[in-house]
Amino acid sequence: MGLVKLKGKVWKVGDDVDTDLIIAARYLNRSEGDFLAAHCLEVLLPNLTAKVQPGDILVAGKNFGCGSSREHAPVAIKYAGFSCLIAESYARIFYRNAINIGLPVIVAPEAARVIKEGALLEVDPGTGIIQDLTNRRTYQGEAFPAFMVEILSAGGAIPYVREKVKHDV
Amino acid sequence: MGMTMTEKILAAHAGLTEVAAGELVNAKLDLVLANDVTGPLAIKEFEKIGIEQVFDKEKIVLIPDHFAPAKDIDSAQQCLELKSFSRKQDLSHYYEVGRCGIEHCFLPEQGLVLPGDVVIGADSHTCTYGGLAAFSTGVGSTDLAVGMARGELWFRVPETMKIVLQGKPRNPWVTGKDYILAVIGRIGVDGARYKTLEFVGEAISNLSVDGRLTMANMAIEAGAKNGIMPADEKTIEYVRTRAQRPWQIYQSDEDAVYSEVIEIDVTNLQPQVAFPHLPSKTRDVLEAREVQIDQVVIGSCTNGRWEDLEVAASILQGKKVHPEVRVIVIPGTREIYLQAVREGLVEIFVEAGAVVSTPTCGPCLGGYMGILAKGERAVATTNRNFVGRMGHPESEVYLANPAVAAASALLGRIASPEEVCR
Ligand code: SF4
Repeated sequence: MGLVKLKGKVWKVGDDVDTDLIIAARYLNRSEGDFLAAHCLEVLLPNLTAKVQPGDILVAGKNFGCGSSREHAPVAIKYAGFSCLIAESYARIFYRNAINIGLPVIVAPEAARVIKEGALLEVDPGTGIIQDLTNRRTYQGEAFPAFMVEILSAGGAIPYVREKVKHDV
Repeated sequence: MGMTMTEKILAAHAGLTEVAAGELVNAKLDLVLANDVTGPLAIKEFEKIGIEQVFDKEKIVLIPDHFAPAKDIDSAQQCLELKSFSRKQDLSHYYEVGRCGIEHCFLPEQGLVLPGDVVIGADSHTCTYGGLAAFSTGVGSTDLAVGMARGELWFRVPETMKIVLQGKPRNPWVTGKDYILAVIGRIGVDGARYKTLEFVGEAISNLSVDGRLTMANMAIEAGAKNGIMPADEKTIEYVRTRAQRPWQIYQSDEDAVYSEVIEIDVTNLQPQVAFPHLPSKTRDVLEAREVQIDQVVIGSCTNGRWEDLEVAASILQGKKVHPEVRVIVIPGTREIYLQAVREGLVEIFVEAGAVVSTPTCGPCLGGYMGILAKGERAVATTNRNFVGRMGHPESEVYLANPAVAAASALLGRIASPEEVCR
């Protein structure tokens, strides 16, 4: 089951970045990805969308995405152009939401601590292997369980379930 | 091997006799909940699945509470999407604003959630129903869409952390809010990440159902998947008159496996205040009295219940709020609101100089009706004090119980209830 390798430049944020910081509630009166992306992490990384190149990688500390269940948070990150996330740990609802929308969220404590802002990474979400091409270092992140790989390769939980439903009838 | 109550509930809903922490199960859902913020996204995803009908039109609850009555045109559109979907699917549990309230106050009150249930909600505070010994947890809109379509969802059986609260607080103003703030202060905002928080002990038995719901509500603030407490006579008393279907009580076995047991003695606990910008930054109220405030919010799914309004009214009765402070009181449901009108609480609040609103989330998540300007500070009985949660990124929210909030409203700074009630 193949998940494509991802390559991009690193943007860093710290510990306990909550869902209000990722996308403030005043923007939740809409749910289009591009609208949400325009306000993604706007307090921590102002004007993010103007600077992120498609494929860039967000690297965070502990408990990323704590707080609300708003799926708008991973949606904003995905539409801002990030191809995946690397963090020491994630809040559980955020983690589940990200997988469900097909955004790989990799748990890799060492990588999350050591990797520097601006580094160029190559990430294999299938194996959890992270290569820092700037520093020539390799880190082993956690690999996803098989059924999450299936969800991610289907492009998210909805396409995944749609297939299942078809087979049910 | 023994099981915890959470494990038993999940096992029963997955058709298994036994489950253990770490196992992945598919559990049947007793109730699926969404609101005007998460619902529209869930509906959009549901419609992509390729199923015409929701799994059970009696088991889906849609509540417009976050930005309702609509604060702007976009919010109105979202509320309309909830309503249209409910009509199209002929859902039994859609409620127009004015007839419901904040989802997590309304569902227990109406007997829609019961002991032993498995409930998912596209709202992180869905964990509230653990106060009634249900397994309930927050999910995102996609999981909700799958839940609406299939009536079941996968869960990783969480490890359980047992929190034993011993003793009787000497301070009469200490409530369930202070217990849960003390727990979060102790274990941190990710102290229970992916886990169940099971609350037991004398202090829990002595707590009202309102107080238990307040505690379970904030389990997510420690990162927990769910918070839960054993059902007892108070629980049964509460659900007996409300339930319209049978319920089942599950108790943890003596030899159940816990990942950790934390004991906290509440005898000398003081009312707690969580400082910006994390619910874990707790201090005793007596160490917070230098903080000047601009606004007080009494309400939310944490502390918008009857008992909360009652204690706030007892402090504000016959007094005037500080001239520099806005006070916003929001009853959690229509029933509580009506009781507050009938029993004279609304008069007390308005006489004191407060705003009283129809039930809504309002300022709790920085929606409307009490947004903070740059540099302003609020004491709120809500559950989150993240950066920008109630308004400008440079505003501040201090979390406290309703008695502390009311006392602070009178003095214009964070205050302990003893300072105004002798
Ligand atoms: S009152 Fe606040 S925390 Fe509760 S559901 Fe509403 S916005 Fe969420």
